Amino acid sequence: MDLYEYQAKELFAKHGVNTQAGIVVTDSAAAGKAAAELNATVVVKAQVKTGGRGKAGGVKLATSAAEAQEKAEAILGLDIKGHIVHKVLITPAADIASEYYVSFLLDRSNRTFLAMASVEGGMEIEEVAVTKPEALAKVAIDPLVGVTPEVAATIVDTAKFPADVRDGIIEMLQKLWDVFVKEDATLVEVNPLVKTPAGDVMALDGKVTLDDNADFRHPDHAALVDLATENGLELRAKEKGLNYVKLDGSVGIIGNGAGLVMSTLDVVAYAGENFGGVRPANFLDIGGGASAQVMADGLEIVLGDPDVKSVFVNVFGGITACDAVANGIVQAIAMLTQRGEQVSKPIVCRLDGNNAAAGRAILAEANLAVIRVAETMDDAAATVAELASK
Amino acid sequence: MSIFLTKASKVLVQGITGSEGSKHAARMIAAGTTIVAGVTPGKGGQSIELSGVSVPVYNSVTEAVAATGADVSVVFVPPKFAKDAVISTIEAEVPLCVVITEGIPVHDTAEFFALAQASGKTRLIGPNCPGLITPGESNVGIIPADISGPGRIGLVSKSGTLTYQMMFELRDIGFSTAVGIGGDPIIGTTHIDCLKAFQEDPDTDVIVMIGEIGGDAEERAAAYIAEHVTKPVVGYVAGFTAPEGKTMGHAGAIVSGSSGTAEGKQEALEAAGVKVGRTPSATARLAREAYENLSK
Repeated sequence: MDLYEYQAKELFAKHGVNTQAGIVVTDSAAAGKAAAELNATVVVKAQVKTGGRGKAGGVKLATSAAEAQEKAEAILGLDIKGHIVHKVLITPAADIASEYYVSFLLDRSNRTFLAMASVEGGMEIEEVAVTKPEALAKVAIDPLVGVTPEVAATIVDTAKFPADVRDGIIEMLQKLWDVFVKEDATLVEVNPLVKTPAGDVMALDGKVTLDDNADFRHPDHAALVDLATENGLELRAKEKGLNYVKLDGSVGIIGNGAGLVMSTLDVVAYAGENFGGVRPANFLDIGGGASAQVMADGLEIVLGDPDVKSVFVNVFGGITACDAVANGIVQAIAMLTQRGEQVSKPIVCRLDGNNAAAGRAILAEANLAVIRVAETMDDAAATVAELASK
Repeated sequence: MSIFLTKASKVLVQGITGSEGSKHAARMIAAGTTIVAGVTPGKGGQSIELSGVSVPVYNSVTEAVAATGADVSVVFVPPKFAKDAVISTIEAEVPLCVVITEGIPVHDTAEFFALAQASGKTRLIGPNCPGLITPGESNVGIIPADISGPGRIGLVSKSGTLTYQMMFELRDIGFSTAVGIGGDPIIGTTHIDCLKAFQEDPDTDVIVMIGEIGGDAEERAAAYIAEHVTKPVVGYVAGFTAPEGKTMGHAGAIVSGSSGTAEGKQEALEAAGVKVGRTPSATARLAREAYENLSK
């Protein structure tokens, strides 16, 4: 889960990282009030889970409460790379002597953690990495050792931070590492990390990604989920424990196993090229050992998506038995019909593997008009794409 | 021959008294796997009847290894306890540890992977993987044993169900070993490790590798193939339509920026001489062609 800047800063503060307090608001009047409360020149910052806010007009300076309200009015509702701004953070404008960059992240290539640091803060670090790679220090972190004072010093010296901030940044790096480890983060990034005219170092921005797999040891992380901005269908799927991602096409997809479902999306998109660019409407992995109930829940979500015109159920029975899947499909349709919902979208099913013959027999016996059984994945994709194009 | 796993492998199951562990242990035994021990802390001393075999349960991996000489450990314990289970396997210097458990925090994986690297005694496969099978000899994990018999294709895949799909498509030829390496951001055994082993395995003629979006493992594998692999390699990459920045089930399957895209992976593989199929079935056709060309 990616966090908003204000949430990242809350975690920073919890672990003793010197950062800046602010007030989060959802409407412009409250922004004005917050600015008046802070009684200073403020920065109004869009809270979105993406980079490049400044360039998109999502960060503005305001010298009065009235101006803060005006700026918030302009920023709220902005679309920044597909993210609509629902919240702004009002913080006192900081005096900045220098801007730096530091981060800790998961290094997949080397299967360990990595620290990155640069004296070229403030701008997009991807740009620094390309234009001045020598200015971006990368130091591998051994998970068994962590960021000791010695390791922090190595990072600081590799990045060639000036002597007057050396001790301050060494201390901050250890605290940011605490955030990274104790909160089970896969990314902790501060850009910019600033030196104030008084010589203090402070995290002026924060980007944190938390590992959802570690939720079991962080019950407090549940409160960080922003339900308001989640897709309604995704939310309903999550409540049912389904692994669902909404996409922009018209073919509903249900399959078992993340790789097979990803592959199904691709195969449908290829087949769709012959039918005016038909594309998948979602990713839905019902997982291994899928029961009839899980299939019913999945079909309910997918059929409930108004963008969906046809559905592709693609199951390879490994541990999952295809007869259970077929029963789930039949039961789901019966359940939806009983509720008075008309199931009219065609459902193309491809069942292979464990008990596939029994599964196909169940579907044939049910004799439902909306169901078609396909022999192979590629055939099914062609059929379902054609149906969606009608 | 085969890679990593043979008829002689002596397997211990961690979490054998749990529902997943006992279910899959029974299936493994039915597939011919020699299971010599189970480990569940606090339940040592009893034994458990599975598929007509009585398997002794021990409190620790060290005890189990001392008593039985187990040389493979397969981990079914829940995410919360997985780190300790894997670390105990590394400490007992078991040569192969296959971690099936899904949902292990990546900080835990980073830690036990670093320990395994430091010890140099234990190969990890997974986590979040279906395991591996040497058909007709031994099966460790959750890959259904009845999809395909033994043959001369080596398969390495990030995805479980795509492993099954590919084995199904090529079941008439059969497999030397099929390895599901898992889709997590940090995995113990990579495509490259398997490519190297298949290249060296006299019983593997054609290699099929299945990748997916995220990371640069496929690109690295492509570079390795160009340099070191002389056997024909056929590839498949899933995730062309996955949107940037969204996680698609596998924690590792996330594209950020331009790195890790399916296009990039396909291009890298093709540049290394790997034939890449557009769909799983098309990939199976390419593998079949490569296999048939060898016997001409």
